[in-house]
Amino acid sequence: MVEQLAQKVLEVHGEAWTIKELFVLPNEYIYWSIQIVMYPFMTGLVAGAFVLSSLYHVFGVEKLKEIARFSLVFSFALLPVAMMPLLMHLQQPFRGINVMMTPHFTSAIAAFGIVFSTYGCIVATELWLVYRKHFVLTAQALNAQQNRSAVDNFRLLIFTCLTLGAWDISHEAIEKDHHACKIMAGIGIPVACFLHGYAGFIFGSVKANALWMTPLMPVIFICSAVVSGVALCILCYVIVQEFRKFMAKRKMARWAKDVDAPTVEELEGAKHMEVMLASNYLLYFMIAAITLEILDLIFRGYTQVKSWDILREVIMERDFTKIFILQYGLGNLVPFLMMALPGRTVRRTTIATVLVLFGVFMMRYNVVIGGQAFSLSFAGFMDYHLPIIPHSIETYKEGLLGALTVITTPFVLFFVINKFLPAFLKEDSSH
Amino acid sequence: MKSHVWRPLYVVIALVVGLLVFRFFYVPNDFGSGKRGFMYSFHRMSNEEEWKKQPVKYGATGKERMHEYCSACHGAVVKVRTEDLHGIIPCEDCHGPALNHPEAPEKLNIDRTRELCLRCHTSLPYTTSERKRIPGIDPKGHNPGIECVKCHNPHNPRLEEMK
Amino acid sequence: MERREFLKSCIMVIAGASVPLSALTLIDPRKVLAANPDIQWAFLVDTNKCVGCGFCVMACKTENDIPLDANVTRTWVERYVYTKDDRRYVDSPKGALNGYTESRIDLGKGEFKEIDPKNVGKAFFVPKLCNHCTTPPCTQVCPVGATYKTDDGVVLVDRKWCIGCGYCIMACPYAARFFHPLLHVADKCTFCYHRITKGLDSACVNACPFGARRMGNIHNINDPITQLIMNERVGVLKDEFGTKPQAFYIGLAQEVR
Repeated sequence: MVEQLAQKVLEVHGEAWTIKELFVLPNEYIYWSIQIVMYPFMTGLVAGAFVLSSLYHVFGVEKLKEIARFSLVFSFALLPVAMMPLLMHLQQPFRGINVMMTPHFTSAIAAFGIVFSTYGCIVATELWLVYRKHFVLTAQALNAQQNRSAVDNFRLLIFTCLTLGAWDISHEAIEKDHHACKIMAGIGIPVACFLHGYAGFIFGSVKANALWMTPLMPVIFICSAVVSGVALCILCYVIVQEFRKFMAKRKMARWAKDVDAPTVEELEGAKHMEVMLASNYLLYFMIAAITLEILDLIFRGYTQVKSWDILREVIMERDFTKIFILQYGLGNLVPFLMMALPGRTVRRTTIATVLVLFGVFMMRYNVVIGGQAFSLSFAGFMDYHLPIIPHSIETYKEGLLGALTVITTPFVLFFVINKFLPAFLKEDSSH
Repeated sequence: MKSHVWRPLYVVIALVVGLLVFRFFYVPNDFGSGKRGFMYSFHRMSNEEEWKKQPVKYGATGKERMHEYCSACHGAVVKVRTEDLHGIIPCEDCHGPALNHPEAPEKLNIDRTRELCLRCHTSLPYTTSERKRIPGIDPKGHNPGIECVKCHNPHNPRLEEMK
Repeated sequence: MERREFLKSCIMVIAGASVPLSALTLIDPRKVLAANPDIQWAFLVDTNKCVGCGFCVMACKTENDIPLDANVTRTWVERYVYTKDDRRYVDSPKGALNGYTESRIDLGKGEFKEIDPKNVGKAFFVPKLCNHCTTPPCTQVCPVGATYKTDDGVVLVDRKWCIGCGYCIMACPYAARFFHPLLHVADKCTFCYHRITKGLDSACVNACPFGARRMGNIHNINDPITQLIMNERVGVLKDEFGTKPQAFYIGLAQEVR
């Protein structure tokens, strides 16, 4: 027992999932594993979802109205999750607050606390402005209600707090909200890009790592962030709309029984239009992202600096399947053709978005894990084996289950937030 | 500023103030930058003292001050030893760290294993390294399983001095 | 009048420019060092003297409470073996904690390569440790100020403030950092700060029977180590990263990275 304990305690971080080959320096392990793959992936989704919503709020792309509101709420649900993988991979998670307390601004991670909070405040403010009328109306309705249940009392309290005491819902007041919302979304776009661009900077600025170090990294990360965010929004939007269609058909939900509830045809029409438009934006950003990634690769191959020998072996041989087949082939080329070829349908687009999400995930994986697949000695390799069955906290956090926890959390959060900020609101109580 | 749209800003300001108050109590007040500026020496100053207070385990038996530490008590023995072939080896490499010897431990834990000797005396075919000057054996062929000190005198390893 | 003004300003400009120019010339590095009597620790490794016994690794781990069994180490020794048919083999099993007691090369994944002794060209050992860079990338990237360079040139980690993000480990081009297996914070060579500030040698310097490792104050012109660094042909590891390492090497081969 004591021996077992000693064995367990002695677990060197990284040893459980790193397999070394040829000459790897004694302290080298894959220290940044699946959670650090999840981190830029999740931040990318947040930033992308926000950019999509801003297309409507700032640039007034009216047709994206419904998906924009949905993306905004979803972006808010994703927000805490962007932080989760970072916290989970910390060796001292309870000291995570130190980043806010003594930020060392020459570090790319130090800005995280501040940029992340700023961004959170912007999204929350925008949501407040969009949903204020809803808060007021709900609170008033609950207030007017006779003999409220405990749950209703609780809801009344929450909604009253959410109004922040601003009960004015006259036309002028709502116009003011509208205007302020536009400004917030305008500020939000650069902040969202910064939030994700600097996630790219975290990697791009590591001069010790031959694969990561390129000034293109932040730009590549922003482009693929928007790609993944838009793709996820389209996907979720289609799923939710299908669900609503199902509910409308069966008159299952409370709203579906209303007299002026949207009919199945209305839902179908709205869905088709929004998906088509959003997928156009998806295509544009995909072109930008892939161009930059390929440019980076060609540049490395052409200049052939000292690190190219080992990078070539990693990219062209060891990780060939992951990079060229899974990432570029299945994750980029196939969905690109699916969306670009004429006769595009909602179903085809939806399948394409799933592939796009997979492609962006693989890109993050190939950057984060691929960057650690070779030794700093340039004479050895490290292989990453994702822990599937956890036998300790460590292998849970940095394993498959940890990653799944991170992936499922935003959906749970969305479900909860949707109770207070309904993503699909009727015209009269929001804008 | 009368407009209601500023209300979220008040909430944010309240949050920031709350955070700053918390920070005031949380961050040790000796946090600051050293001579090398913010980029390279932003730290908690008292940590330097913490490092200086780490316990010392090995005495000063190194190359620079050969065996000085041990000879304070074991003077005569150490003097003889340093003249021998193995005199270049610091006492503590084989005898173990002195710690607070002679109080704790009273007797040092001497490493007499074969593995210790093999660190230098495994025969390796590296003619260009300093290793070539050290006599080496094949660990698998040369009396395997028997401690070297059974036959060789570790302090004076000349073959004619063999036990 | 105008010409006079012009000439006047010309002279002013030339005189002004010549001041910084004269300041740049005729600087004797020794004078600068002598005028700067504070301590600046530096390490000197003579790879010609190393035999790969690994006593340094043993002493380091014991002195600094790094578990002996854990496959991480603050200092380690690498073995380089070149064959006559121009192949290069490098290994460092357990960081050479127990020295090199086998002639076969550890290829990882449980595979080993036995090299025909007749085929061995040059072979040598290289001790490695934290370079305590003048511009350390690891301290630059620490998000919380938990790692820093002291005024006397040693890079330390604040074990009570480190959040364990691993960014410093990633930023170090020498793989000198790792997570302490028991404390779960970043750990690295401290030049045995608790020893050198008491006038003792670091544990590894202390343990080396061959004088392959030495330490000194590079700001003291009379220090034997400073003399060696000034007079010998010394090199540093991976200078292309601009980290200005303070661990100097005698007899460095270009393959040593």
